[in-house]
This record gives sequence, C-alpha cells and structure tokens, in this order.
Amino acid sequence: MPQTLKPQDAGQVAEVLAWAAAEEKTMALVGGGSKAALGRPVTTDYRLDLSALNGVSLYEPEELVLRAAAATPLGQIQAMLAQQRQQLAFEPPDFGDLYQSMEQQTIGGVLATNLAGPRRIKAGAARDHFLGVQGISGRGTAFKSGGRVVKNVTGYDLCKLMAGSFGTLAALTEVTVKVLPAPEKVRTVLLFGLDDAAAIVAMSQAAGSPYEVSGLAHLPSAIAAHSAVSYVGGAGAAVTAARLEGPAPSVAHRTAALRAQWGAVGAVEELHGQNSAVLWREIANVASLLPDPHAVIWKLSVTPSLGAAAAAAALAMGGQVYYDWAGGLLWLALRHQDRAQDDGGAALVRSALNEPDSGHATLIRGPDALRGRIDVFQPSAPPLAALIGRIKDSFDPRRILNPGRMYGDI
Amino acid sequence: MRMPEPDADVLVRRLGLVAALRKIVPGEGVIADDVALRVYESDGLTAYRQTPLCVVLPDTVEQVSAVMRLCDAWGAKIVPRGAGTSLSGGALPLADGIVLGLGKFNKVLEIDYDNRAVRVQPGVTNLGISQAVEAAGFYYAPDPSSQIACSIGGNVAENAGGVHCLKYGVTTNNLLGLEMVLLSGEVIRLGGKHLDSGGYDLMGILTGSEGLLGVITEVTVRILKQPETARAVLIGFPSSEAAGACVAQVIGAGIIPGGMEMMDQAAIHAAEEFCQAGYPLEAEALLIVELDGPRAEVDYLIEKVSGIALACGANSLRASETEAERTAFWAGRKAAFPAIGRISPDYLCMDGTIPRNRLPEVLARIRILSDHYGLRVANVFHAGDGNLHPLILYDANAGELEAAEQFGADILRLCVEVGGVLTGEHGVGVEKRDLMGAAFTEEDLAQQQRLKCAFDPNGRLNPGKVFPVLHRCAELGRMHIHKGQLPFPEIPRF
Ligand SMILES: Cc1cc2nc3c(=O)[nH]c(=O)nc-3n(C[C@H](O)[C@H](O)[C@H](O)COP(=O)(O)OP(=O)(O)OC[C@H]3O[C@@H](n4cnc5c(N)ncnc54)[C@H](O)[C@@H]3O)c2cc1C
Repeated sequence: MPQTLKPQDAGQVAEVLAWAAAEEKTMALVGGGSKAALGRPVTTDYRLDLSALNGVSLYEPEELVLRAAAATPLGQIQAMLAQQRQQLAFEPPDFGDLYQSMEQQTIGGVLATNLAGPRRIKAGAARDHFLGVQGISGRGTAFKSGGRVVKNVTGYDLCKLMAGSFGTLAALTEVTVKVLPAPEKVRTVLLFGLDDAAAIVAMSQAAGSPYEVSGLAHLPSAIAAHSAVSYVGGAGAAVTAARLEGPAPSVAHRTAALRAQWGAVGAVEELHGQNSAVLWREIANVASLLPDPHAVIWKLSVTPSLGAAAAAAALAMGGQVYYDWAGGLLWLALRHQDRAQDDGGAALVRSALNEPDSGHATLIRGPDALRGRIDVFQPSAPPLAALIGRIKDSFDPRRILNPGRMYGDI
Repeated sequence: MRMPEPDADVLVRRLGLVAALRKIVPGEGVIADDVALRVYESDGLTAYRQTPLCVVLPDTVEQVSAVMRLCDAWGAKIVPRGAGTSLSGGALPLADGIVLGLGKFNKVLEIDYDNRAVRVQPGVTNLGISQAVEAAGFYYAPDPSSQIACSIGGNVAENAGGVHCLKYGVTTNNLLGLEMVLLSGEVIRLGGKHLDSGGYDLMGILTGSEGLLGVITEVTVRILKQPETARAVLIGFPSSEAAGACVAQVIGAGIIPGGMEMMDQAAIHAAEEFCQAGYPLEAEALLIVELDGPRAEVDYLIEKVSGIALACGANSLRASETEAERTAFWAGRKAAFPAIGRISPDYLCMDGTIPRNRLPEVLARIRILSDHYGLRVANVFHAGDGNLHPLILYDANAGELEAAEQFGADILRLCVEVGGVLTGEHGVGVEKRDLMGAAFTEEDLAQQQRLKCAFDPNGRLNPGKVFPVLHRCAELGRMHIHKGQLPFPEIPRF
C-alpha cells in the first residue's frame, strides 16, 4: 500500500500536487473509494485521500443549484434534496453491490466518472448537470470554470472535460450542480414477451412519442426473473419497461396513451410507487439483475437500433445482457476464466463496434489483472488518441494524476 | 478594441497565399476581391470591422483539411465562419488571416427517426433541421431567435440557447456527434448516435469553443417529438420584484415551463409599438410562461402558474386559448431586438447571466447606470435560467458608442459581482474579451489556453478572441518547479 496523504483543504491539495509535480511523484486520487474497481488499476507513489473536502456550502432550492466540496458524500446530498422534493435528475447509479464495496460515493466521484442512470435519455448525463468546478491541476495550480448558473458560455466548458476524466486531469475540490424538482408522480408501463429486436422497436416508438418517457429498458426473461418486483420477477417472460414522470394528470394521460400504444404489441401491466422505484433502481445499479459475482461486466453505449445486433455475439458465447436507454445501453455479463490469455471478452464485445461512430464499450467490472491487461475504455483512433494525450499534458504534464487509470499512458 | 498585431510577413505574401488556396479550392471558392470581401468584414457585432486576407469557401472536408495545413505552414490565421450572426464578434476577420466560411456545407446528410437523430453539415441553419423533420412531427429543441439565419456549426461553436432551453437544454445538451478538423489537418470524429463518449468529453469542450479549437465539419443532433400542445400565459406585474418572485415560486413549486421570458417596461412598449402583440402597457414587468406537453398537463399547470402569479400581485393575466393567440404572445418577445432597433439608431445587446433571485437588484442598478451614462436601456430576460439581455440604446453618429460599451461592461461586471457570468449564450468573442479578468484569475485563463495549445499549438485558430492576453504555448507549458520537502508536515499521513 502506498502512503496516504490527507490534505485538509483545497490549498493543501495544491501544495501537495505542486510538490508531487516537482518531484515526479504519482498520486492516486480517492474521494470515497467506492469506485476504486472502476477503470484500470493504478500503482502510484502516494494515495491522495480527498475525503476532508466535505460539506455543502450552498443549496438554494428555488435557484435549482447546489454547491459542495468534492468529497461530500452523495447520500448526504441526496437526503438534503429529498427534503425539498428535489433530486439529481441524472439518477447516479449505486455500484456498491456490483463492487461489493461498503465505501460511500462522493459527488466528485460521481461527476468524475460521468455516470448516469436510466433517466439519461430524458434528463442528460452527470456532465449535463455539472455547472461549476474548482480543481487543482497536475501542475499543482488551482483553476475554476463555469459557475452557479445554467446559461454560461464564458470560456471553455471545463466541467464537461472533468466529467468522465476519472481524476486524470485534476483533483476536483469543489463542484456546483444543477438540481431539479422530483416528479410529483411516477408510473411504469410493462410490456411482456418481446424478443430483444422487437423490444427495441417498441422502445424506439415510445422514445419517439410525445409522452416524455424518462426510462426505457428491456429485460430478457432470464434477467427479468432476478427482479424483486413480483410483476417482473414472476412474469416468466421478457419484460420491457417505460417510465413516465410528472404532474399527476399528465402522468395519468401519458400512461394510458402508452398502454394503448404498447397494448397493440403485447400484454401490458402498470407499476406504481414503490414497485416502480425498485425496478428502476435494479436497472440502474446492475448487480441484482446480473448477479453472478464472478462474471465480468461490460457496458456498451451504442446506436439504439443496433443494440440487439451488438449483443448477438456475446449472447452466442453464453453471455447475459439487458438493455437500458431505449436499447442504446447494454449491460453485459460474461463468464471469465482468470487466465493470462483471457481478454474478458474485449475482442468479442468490441467486434460489434467496428463500424465508424457505432459506439463504445467499457469494462465496468473485472479482476485487477484483467483490467491492467486490456483496454478498459474504448481505444481511440490514432489522431484522437494523440489529442487526448496532449489534453492530458495540458493539465498534468508530468502525468502524476491517476496514471494509467483510463489508458495505459494517460 | 485592440487586435493582435498582424504578421507583416503574412500580409506581404497575401497574393501567394491566395494562389496556393486556389489550388485547393478552385473557382469562386476563394474570394480575394476587395468589394466582394466587404460582405465578410463583420458579423452580428457590426461595431467592429476588418477586411481579411481572403475568404475561402470549401465544400469538402478534404479541402478544409488542406486549407488548415496550408495556412499553418504560411503562418496565416484562420477565422471560421458560419452565418456570421455572432453578437460577440467571434467571426470578426483578422488582417493576417483568412475567413473559412462553411456556407457550402449546407446538406442534411441523414435523418434517422428510429434513433431520433439528424446528421447535418455545419452550414445547415438551425431552423433547417427542424424543418427537415417537421412533417414527421419532430423538431430540434434549441431555438435561438436568429434561428432562420444562424448555422448549426455556429450554434455548436457558441453553445447557442433559446427560449425553450429551460426545459430542453442548450446546444451542448442536444448534441450526439461531431466531426472536426484540427489545425494539423487531421479529421476527428466524436460520438455518433449513441450517448456519451467513452473517454474525455471533447464534444463538450468543442461546444462553446468559439472557433478556437477546430473547424466543425459535421454535426449530429438529437431530435424530439413535438409536444401535443403548448399554451402560454401573459402576465403583467406592477414591479420586477413581483415578477421575479413569481418566477421563483413557479420553479419552487416544481414546475419547469417550456419557456419563461420577462420583459421590462421599455421592452414592452417597444415591442407593442412594433407589432401590437396586445401587451399590457401599464405593466412594469411582463412574464410570458409557456407550458407544453399533453393537454391535461398543460391545462393543469396553467391553472397552477396563474394561481401563483395572482398571489404574487399580477395585475393582468391572459392564458392563450388558441394557437394563434399563443403565437401572438410570442410575437412581441421574438421581435424585441428589431423593435428596439426601430426606436434607436443603434443598440448593443448584452448577454449576462445572474442568479434569478438577484434580478430586482440588478435591474435597479442598471437603471442607475442608465442615468449615469445618459443612455436608455430595455431589458429582455430568459427569466427561467437567469439569462439577461439588456439592450443599450445609443447613436453611433452622436459619438455614443464608447459610452454604450462602458455601460455594457459595467452591466457585465455587475452580473459577475452578484454571482453570475459575463455571457450566457452569445460568447466572449472580442466583445467581452477584455472583461475576462473580472471573472477569471490569470491561472484560470492560462489553463484554458493550455487546453487550446493541445488543439492549436501555433495559435492560428481565431486568435484575439476570448483571451485578453495571448501567450505562446511553450511559455504556458513551462512549470515553476519548487523541489524539496513534502509541504505541510501537518498533513495527516497514514
Ligand atoms: C437577431 C439575433 C438574435 C440572436 N438570438 C440568439 C439567441 O436567442 N440565442 C443565442 O444563443 N444566440 C443568439 N444570437 C447569436 C448568434 O445567432 C448565435 O451565436 C449563433 O450560434 C451564431 O451562429 P452563426 O452560424 O451565425 O455563427 P458565426 O457568427 O458565423 O460564428 C460564430 C462563432 O462560431 C465560430 N464558428 C462558426 N462556424 C464554425 C464551424 N463550423 N467550426 C468552428 N467554428 C465555427 C466562428 O469562428 C465564431 O467564433 C442572435 C443573433 C442575432 C443577430
């Protein structure tokens, strides 16, 4: 274990990183540590524990804005929002069960990994709610970007760059996010018995309807069987689900309309309140629907209509898959032999993405050795890979921050 | 406004450069004639003018790529240009630079309803996208007032917004894919029809980059199904405080309207005179709140919003009953700029964002500034997201430009002071360049410029915009090293 340094405030983070840059000491950035197993394993001289950067400094519900130190626990923020009937609309997933980790998620970690749940299709990803950032670059200097307002084009939008950079560009110290009202009412319409291809057509129709669907997922029957919601787990059939949220009269109208649309395709059912919440949590958090603890888990973001085709090769090899984001997000479990030559299915999974612009695959869970051996993130074409390297150097020229977490040399 | 000193060496070799460019883009694709160049002298910020070396209008990505490489080798600057409607001077030419116009990239390449995506060339107009999918009941959500003219490439470069952005997001929230050409001529494709990139979010950085990082040659956007219905309420208030309170309470009640616009009395009067929209002339502040969605939802929310408005002291309130009436409500707001144009020889359109709850205070201080400078001002306001557009009325022929600019700068500094920003949707360009120091530290700006160096190591793309002081990339990259002991011995170590 490398030695852990625990700076007490942003100023100390800057001091440490300026020193580390000068001495070329590498640093693993840790917020809560809940996603330590996401990305490639890093070996560093030090572990930089940011957990002292904790606390909400501003929350104005009527302004739809919240600002917090980067390592503020997500749970604490969600509890504050819930009291005002508000939420983080991008629905950050909780991978605690997936990684069998007891560590707390932090707001900075959620943003740095740009994770979003089923509502992504309507509300956007973490990056879309990330309004302002303060951070310390790998040069050891403090910088800020963005602010506390939604409309802002003053300079480059570095929040977007920080989102999904996995701590390879800067240590985030303070973040400002947009918050939104929680819906007054939620309903989920279920459609039973479709195969994957037919389900994707049905989801596409729902996504192209005016019903403002805020979740569209398809669980093949073997996956649906794992659900704790009896209508889903006991269906004995594949289940396609659509979520409708909003003011009560609106949800009633849209639910009826979607039931009519989907009712022409197959048998339909409706989930209310708690059941609906449980199902979408299962879909977001993955672990209960793909319960084999030894399987490797891939996440594919693809052109929705190509979702079923992208899954075909993995299914033929005995994989398990379910779909979120109207078919555009595949959660894929593959059995894994922990042998040096095994690539965790990387070649197989990525062979489905050979067409230009067709999507990307990320290994979300796998043993350390595997994650150290293969490309966890989709490799980029040479000019893009070189540009990514130059961007890394513009923030972290000595490459001291989370080296290797995203790509071998980044 | 001082622009970087032109490179004399480039100026004297102008004809050689033009000839070399003609080998890449044949025929009328290179404009070097002085009269024809005049069209490109300025953009929507007409107070500034500059004749470029020449204008190049390529029509293939290969040509763009070759032009970029050539200019880099010649040391000529490149100013990308879409439709030239920028209000911040983003497309203002440089004396030692070419204007790279994307006007010939005007094709819709692919419409994919199954995946709710449209792939277009950057010169297609914003409205052109919605029109291409209108018959199937779809539309592209961000709707800048300039939508009939501005290009989608320019929208990406400025991260354009519109009145419906409160609910549906600005450009960056509606993009799926991009293709760009770097200064090196390399072509880079980002995204596609899927969501989120796997690595760094370069699409997010390109959006709003004001032509300083790369030339956008293709854009894929998501489209949405048109809402079943839309209704608007027109609400007059006796004070901006009351209108501001109404906005806060609507949002506090969990309602996110499709649009929520405010106008002050000067703007109400100008608009009413211009197009007889039926606005209440006695109101100090006017709110237009639009709700869209299923009929049941819209009717329900109109009731709720009306209740809130009356409780906040509204002195007039009308909800649209027909589509014609709704359009009429909007007509005045949409015509606000030309309406002001009619009552004043010239006007400057400012674009700051403030936390919504500071509005009454900001408006009061703008009134004081207005008296101080002796210049009239009218305010239109994207109230839902705090984006304020003060329109400063002046007469350039009476020598009022400088005072108007100072007034504008004071307003933007005020926006920053109350926790807002210099620009919500029009971009920094040359207009707000020298105010960047009010919002950012030197190190903030240095870090942004280091990022630019990753794309444009020789500083050829649109220099003189956004950043008040230009530094060489080598200088920016230098690190000041303090070797020695790990600082802060009191930092806990485990
Ligand atoms: C009457 C009026 C109303 C307006 N209303 C709004 C509004 O409601 N909301 C809003 O956001 N804006 C508004 N604008 C501002 C303007 O229309 C937008 O900024 C628009 O996005 C600019 O698009 P354009 O094609 O005209 O770009 P241009 O003016 O040609 O260029 C703008 C910037 O983008 C760069 N650029 C253009 N094309 C490319 C490309 N292909 N690749 C790389 N860089 C490129 C240029 O270098 C420049 O820096 C308004 C303008 C006017 C005149």
